[in-house]
Amino acid sequence: MNSFYPWLILLAPFASATAITLFTLRWKTLSSAISITAVLVSFGCSCFIFAKSATVAPEFVWLDITPIFRVPLGLTLDQLSRTMAVLVSGVGALIHIYSLGYMRDDEGKSRYFAALSLFMFAMLGIVFANNFVMLFIFWELVGFTSYVLIGHWFFRDAAADAANKAFITTRIGDFGFMTGILMIWMTTGSVVFAEIAPRMSMFGGHGTFVAIVALLIFCGAVGKSAQFPLHVWLPDAMEGPTPVSALIHAATMVAAGVYMLVRVAFIIQASQTALLVVAWIGTITAVMAALIATQQNDIKRILAYSTLSQLGYMVMAVGLASNNAAMFHLFTHAFFKALLFLAAGSIIVMLHHEQNIWEMGQLRRRLPITFLTFAAGALALIGCPPFSGFFSKDAILAVAYEHNLPIFAVALFTAFLTAFYVIRMLVIVFFGNPRSDSAREGRESPPVMTMPLIVLAILATLGGFAFFTRNFLKLPTEKAPNAFGVVPVLAIIALILGVGLAFALYRGRATEPVKVELLRRKFYFDEFYCWLIYWTQELLAPVAAFIDRWVIDAGAVGGSSRGTWGIGALLRLIQVGNLQAYAFLFGLGVIALIYFAVMR
Amino acid sequence: MITLGDYLIVSAILFAIGFAGVMLRRNLIVILMSLELMLNAANLSLVAFSRFRVGANGLPDYNAQVFVFFVITVAAAEVAVGLALLVALYRARQTTDVKDISSLKF
Repeated sequence: MNSFYPWLILLAPFASATAITLFTLRWKTLSSAISITAVLVSFGCSCFIFAKSATVAPEFVWLDITPIFRVPLGLTLDQLSRTMAVLVSGVGALIHIYSLGYMRDDEGKSRYFAALSLFMFAMLGIVFANNFVMLFIFWELVGFTSYVLIGHWFFRDAAADAANKAFITTRIGDFGFMTGILMIWMTTGSVVFAEIAPRMSMFGGHGTFVAIVALLIFCGAVGKSAQFPLHVWLPDAMEGPTPVSALIHAATMVAAGVYMLVRVAFIIQASQTALLVVAWIGTITAVMAALIATQQNDIKRILAYSTLSQLGYMVMAVGLASNNAAMFHLFTHAFFKALLFLAAGSIIVMLHHEQNIWEMGQLRRRLPITFLTFAAGALALIGCPPFSGFFSKDAILAVAYEHNLPIFAVALFTAFLTAFYVIRMLVIVFFGNPRSDSAREGRESPPVMTMPLIVLAILATLGGFAFFTRNFLKLPTEKAPNAFGVVPVLAIIALILGVGLAFALYRGRATEPVKVELLRRKFYFDEFYCWLIYWTQELLAPVAAFIDRWVIDAGAVGGSSRGTWGIGALLRLIQVGNLQAYAFLFGLGVIALIYFAVMR
Repeated sequence: MITLGDYLIVSAILFAIGFAGVMLRRNLIVILMSLELMLNAANLSLVAFSRFRVGANGLPDYNAQVFVFFVITVAAAEVAVGLALLVALYRARQTTDVKDISSLKF
């Protein structure tokens, strides 16, 4: 009986999505009520199995071609997935409630809540999946819901394009992921995590092969967690409604890549090469995104780049074989980044969908609750003690210090940049003089929006302390003795430098004092991809045209037609029209038959 | 004394004449008659076989004779159909010459 609760976590949002889509699209309030009930049921059940430390759920066999291929529908219930379920459904529940306020006048409210429920279903499916096939299906399903929600305001071209971009870019990563899964299945003959793990020794001595497999699996995370070089979709995904950005593109879905890497860490850790590549990809993403964020003017885009940067930290930690540090940062990041996005959403709504930070200013007077909660999130993000981000980032830095000094140096520089751009945003948005009429007249958001902010702010503040987090995660304990003193000191120095520089540069400014075109244009990634796609197409098109015109049209289609015609022309030569010739041929045929029947 | 071989030689000659007629003559009526000649050549050899294959009880082998009756019956039917076609063809084309009947030629 108890063991059915894990399934209920999954099925409640699914039932909600189905019910809304099929029956209640017209009644917006009812739809939102169904969706919120479903997510609260999920949250309740998650807490229940978390408290009970339940480990067993009924398993169904879905596809069974033993011994070749067997896909059970089963749930992994270890500490990792239970914590992740509480996190996802908890943050999800807060964001559902916040959405009531943010989307209250939206035409497509029912559609929005249906997609949100479907997302919760898919995301919790990823969390609980106990095999690669299930994981991949839910993986694609979150990709789809992300597409739907980014394109929620599909009548805006930018939103529709961003939705396409997100979907297509992540598909590139997913292709690698699928190839990796197939290679794993081919080699070990299983797709179930618990069965693959003991069979990893089969790879012994095939270092290159295992590195390729691990990196292909990592491709999935690169797409979904928006790592370099597939990071381009995440900033554009900010075209979606802000609660969606908070839930999907900050707290949960993009963290799914990291979660997946931790879940299959036994594959990644089987290859030193793969670990190194993963660590460096994370590092590059972290520093690149932080550099770009210093020059952005759209409040949501700054947050999006900071998400990229923090995801880079997590991937870096996975690459340094410290899953605990990665999960710790994922845990704290989910709180403070959801908080920052929701606070940004509160600002955006009050300023009538103005997102340019240079049109804001002095908002601490107009939106005090938003200001305080945003500040808590910002301090957690830059890793200011005693906020949660300090502890988790410190854990990652300590691991880097211990294992790989170049990565540590870059990570420290990123911490400095993070402090710089976050404080820049904070100063421009909340201090100085109001720079537009709407900034002069904005009022605080309704309680339905500020309540989730306050809850998240408390979590973002507490999330780093061991007495709180110990209940949820294995805390990283791998600090080397000498790193213990050096790392936090260096991190705090970087923090102070960043904060000081940001205050010095941006205090009281009304326009951008420093302009770096390279960073403003995001290292020209979009331009480069456009160029790449343009030329790939330009070069492929003539080849494709040639094949179409000559191989398919002239060869296959024209060839069979001309072949039929030619054989017909040959055959009608014997249709001479002379009765006696036919009789003669007939006679010859009889003689031949007699010869074969009698003489042989 | 007339032996089985003599009958078969006559039968072969008749068959050859019939075949030559089918191959060489142009008139459809003559071709039809030549066909009958070939059938009857076969009948002649069958009857000869019957006559010369006497069983232990002193009677000839009647199987071959029954066969001949069937051939005669079928030949009669064939002539009826063939002549009917011929008449129809003549009405349509006013000719019975095979050289002029070549519509199926490409």
